[in-house]
Amino acid sequence: MTTLRTPDPPVAPVAPARVRRRERPGGRRRKSQPEAFAFLAPWLLGAVALTVGPMVVSLYLSFTDYDLFTTPKWVGFGNFAHMFTGDDRYLQSVEVTLIYVLVSVPLKLTVSLLVAMLLNTRRGGTGFYRAAFYAPSLLGASVAAALVWRALFMGGGPVNEVLAFLGWHTPSWVDDPRFSLASIVLLGVWQFGAPMVIFLAGLKQIPAELHEAAAIDGAGAFRRFRHITLPVLSPVIFFNLVMEAIHAFQAFTPAFVIGGGRGGPADADLFYTLYLFEVGFQDFRMGYASAMAWVLLVVIAIVTAIVFRTAKLWVFYDDAEARK
Amino acid sequence: MTALPRTARSAGRHVLCLVIVAVVLYPLVWLAFASVKPPDEILSRLALLPTRFVFDGYAKGWEGAADVGFGRFFLNSFLVAGLSVVANVLSCSLAAFAFARLEFRFRGALFAFMLTTLMLPYHVTLIPQYVIFQQAGLVDTFVPLILPKLLATEAFFVFLIVQFMRGIPRELDEAATIDGCSVYRTFWHVVLPLAKPALVTTSIFTFIWTWNDFFTQMVYLNGTEKFTVPLGLRLFVDTSSESNFGAMFAMSALALVPIVLFFLAFQRLLVEGVSTSGLKG
Repeated sequence: MTTLRTPDPPVAPVAPARVRRRERPGGRRRKSQPEAFAFLAPWLLGAVALTVGPMVVSLYLSFTDYDLFTTPKWVGFGNFAHMFTGDDRYLQSVEVTLIYVLVSVPLKLTVSLLVAMLLNTRRGGTGFYRAAFYAPSLLGASVAAALVWRALFMGGGPVNEVLAFLGWHTPSWVDDPRFSLASIVLLGVWQFGAPMVIFLAGLKQIPAELHEAAAIDGAGAFRRFRHITLPVLSPVIFFNLVMEAIHAFQAFTPAFVIGGGRGGPADADLFYTLYLFEVGFQDFRMGYASAMAWVLLVVIAIVTAIVFRTAKLWVFYDDAEARK
Repeated sequence: MTALPRTARSAGRHVLCLVIVAVVLYPLVWLAFASVKPPDEILSRLALLPTRFVFDGYAKGWEGAADVGFGRFFLNSFLVAGLSVVANVLSCSLAAFAFARLEFRFRGALFAFMLTTLMLPYHVTLIPQYVIFQQAGLVDTFVPLILPKLLATEAFFVFLIVQFMRGIPRELDEAATIDGCSVYRTFWHVVLPLAKPALVTTSIFTFIWTWNDFFTQMVYLNGTEKFTVPLGLRLFVDTSSESNFGAMFAMSALALVPIVLFFLAFQRLLVEGVSTSGLKG
């Protein structure tokens, strides 16, 4: 089997380490190149035909006008220029999406952290609460849940009625441009269960002695939170932040359903992906939609990179423990 | 913090938790009751309980739209979700075994590539994929929904299974090799059975995500005959006059039943799977 492998160059610094790793008893992988590629075949085929290939094609299409039926027509940076200078609905979709990400992600993470801390007191019932709080995370992406949400926030719906009872008269949330996006944000926050469960797992790693010692030294609850919980939990916060932000940028179903399929009142729910869908699959401007997809990719990459870069400043790894 | 006695604090915590439970579960309870209310009561009375139980919504909703019954939508959804589960578990565990257990050229680079595809928004590949399936005459079939899963494009599950397989002692497959097992037999008879928890997690999440998926199904399916449950529900979005509310909520409630059943059956596994792997609902 190893004959297929080109021998490692003797001077390469990685070579000795590699040989050593393979010879370590109990820790070595099987040297089985042809079989390995047999196992990898479906994935490799998918990676080439459904990921890398389409990425190259969509990059090309983003510089063209393409309606699916005639040959793509090269327009250079025309799509991108139009996006930022001649397309108000595009800019609206950017604004709506940015507001959604900037409001719903921090809100969701705050709620999930607070509830995780509430549950992390090591007394009865935690299993039940944990499960109950997690349930919406599984249902949240569905059309059914979004339909319910729309009804709850409609004029005459329970939210309206309860707020009116409390003396705050609101219009139908889903039909008013000032409130519509807020109802979608709340739907996102409702699904705080998934990050909460991850926070809870992180909190369990914090030794109780740490808090006890700090308490004996006279640190109050807030200082213990600030100087023990937050730093120890920072890698988990980092992970949740990255994942939630990536998800939030791509939100679609709630915006589609709550906005009645057309971006809601005065385009208040015109999420980025919703506009992309409309442009690509209703207007058949596939080139423009591809350009939009690439801008989304770049923005997500930049945001992720920023979070990773700044992570050095606020994410702490306890060397021995956290790396395992 | 210290002023209150322990029992009082514990009781306070339970009260707070129960309040959150009530808020979190309210929309679902509301839906369950709305589906059996007389249509004119759904939005006009705040009370959860209906004055009388009416099951018209279920009867009317089940008739579906454009001569296609909701039963058909459910059948389609079960078909798509079921095949997706089989395809995903098979292809992802094959790839995961190679990454976790075998040595091959470019292993590191390919693994790194797989991890970066985790963050790739699928909108980037969507349009060329659509063009491919359209050229192949496969739009309005279930192929575009299932083929990507057969080709392990859901990197998340590959990663999940790799992580799990790494925890299985290597001595086991070495012993199998010494006993004369081929790599394939080692995979099938040694590693795969031991990776069962990861495969079950993959199955459940694939089912639920496919069941909930709306975007891809809307892009690829256009004939009402081929509609899945989310697309059937979508018909109510366009025509949600009050007379349709009963049917809409009845079918919404039914649409959530499989997920709720999965959740009740596997909640421990689901919740623990999330906390150890970072899966998102």
